[in-house]
Amino acid sequence: MSEGSTVLPTGIPGPVPSPDGLDAPYWEATRRHELVAQRCRACGGWQWYAEWICHRCHSFDLGFEPVPGPAILFSWERAHHPVHPALRDAGPYVVVLVEFPEADGIRMLGNLAGDPMQAVEIGARVEPVFEDHDEGAIPFTLVQWRRG
Amino acid sequence: MPVDRTIRGRVAVAGVGETPYYKHGQSPDAQFKLTLMAILAAAEDAGLDPREIDGFATYANDANDAGRLATALGCRELRYANMVFGGGGGGGSGAVGNAAAAIHAGLADCVVVYRGLAQGQGVRFGQAGGYPTQIAGEPATWIPYGVMSPAQMFAMRTTRLMHEHGIERSALRAIALASYHHAQQNPRAVMRGRPLDEAGYDASRWIVEPFKLFDCCLENDGAAALILVPAERAKDLRKPPCYVLGAAQGAEYRSSAGTHNNPDYATASFKTVAPRLYAMAGVGPSDVDVVQSYENFTGGVVMSLIEHGFCTYEEANEFLTLENLIAPTGRLPLNTSGGNLAECYMHGLELNIEAVRQIRGESPNPVPGANVALVSSGPMVTPATNVIVGSEATL
Ligand SMILES: [Zn+2]
Repeated sequence: MSEGSTVLPTGIPGPVPSPDGLDAPYWEATRRHELVAQRCRACGGWQWYAEWICHRCHSFDLGFEPVPGPAILFSWERAHHPVHPALRDAGPYVVVLVEFPEADGIRMLGNLAGDPMQAVEIGARVEPVFEDHDEGAIPFTLVQWRRG
Repeated sequence: MPVDRTIRGRVAVAGVGETPYYKHGQSPDAQFKLTLMAILAAAEDAGLDPREIDGFATYANDANDAGRLATALGCRELRYANMVFGGGGGGGSGAVGNAAAAIHAGLADCVVVYRGLAQGQGVRFGQAGGYPTQIAGEPATWIPYGVMSPAQMFAMRTTRLMHEHGIERSALRAIALASYHHAQQNPRAVMRGRPLDEAGYDASRWIVEPFKLFDCCLENDGAAALILVPAERAKDLRKPPCYVLGAAQGAEYRSSAGTHNNPDYATASFKTVAPRLYAMAGVGPSDVDVVQSYENFTGGVVMSLIEHGFCTYEEANEFLTLENLIAPTGRLPLNTSGGNLAECYMHGLELNIEAVRQIRGESPNPVPGANVALVSSGPMVTPATNVIVGSEATL
């Protein structure tokens, strides 16, 4: 992604780590341009969104590791009607749900970079694009997607 | 199911009532006043003294406090106050089920199920509320990507439904058209006098693909209420009893996994709930005369109808036609008051009222001889809930 270019305009709410720290390692990793998810140190299972316990083995010993394998476009939508003032003139934008078959099928959500009217194909391979937002008081990085 | 662990036939809806329904922000009355008015209307319909109400059941974080209602109405005693979890409209039928269960278990004798909603006076569902600068927790994984409204939260599931099962736009459209068709006969419907045809649907703008404008529920102000009493008490009241035959709530394994990680993704969450409902009610899909299925969005109705066994995924495109979905002649009359799409978005409680009116023969679009009516609430949320009501003949 080129300098200063973002899929959506600035001014919509930015992510901050949850006050209880549950997902802090995820957001910290995005700042390093790493995509991580929660993985159980006891049974090795992947879990997303984060939780304090492993739903498979009930271990509380959960870490965050880089997500392995390909990212596959699982579903999508194209938003036309703006519901936030910052999106009022943003035009349509595409949101995609991406699945990681080699990480127990966990899914993550982001925007599809590129032409908002492009044909979107379920099953296509996609790659993460780290989108830095350093403009505000609390910098953050979003994970967007583009065709692989 | 053991006979002592069912509510089948033990409790009846004795009264239903609502305020006039308004476009959002247009109610002349405060939300709490609307709620009181609906409860009084339901008591009047039942022919009982509202001071007799000793239980309050609601859902969706309804802001009208049960204690305040009981106090304002001068109810002699409060014995039961209950809220179904979940912020969406999934709890409407669940609240009816909870009221029936409380009565059958002896916790209360006269329970009102209510929902009072004046979106102009609180948060509007269809807009991102409050506009914070930062967002934390699970919503931080979607709000920054422009997923903010309920339509944007649920469109993705519908895309996947259409992809996995080849569901066509005509199926979604038929659901919208059926609601608008029924609303034209319903004096309460905010969309009465605003008919919709295929061309009108097709020409409508995208809200979020795959949803067009008419795939989305309305936003309204008003209040609605149903009063439940023991079956034997209902027989002495003004209207013919409408019996609760079964009720269920819940969802499948890990249905609430965040960031769209529920393993079975393209579901309304009725796959485990519907069989429990039918088992308690002692009926099957073919026994159901009329269906009220919560329409937050048409795609969720397709899922709900399939998961309740009214058709299969393979049959859906052929089965879901306007002709099949309208009263009195359709194979499965659906949302016969106009529902959330065209009567009023009373968070689905208008659907529970319409089911009672069908059993009584009081619907604006009566299904002749309707004895069994099913209501499913809140597709794609957890808990999803449902209820089957029936006439005396079903006992
Ligand atoms: Zn584990």
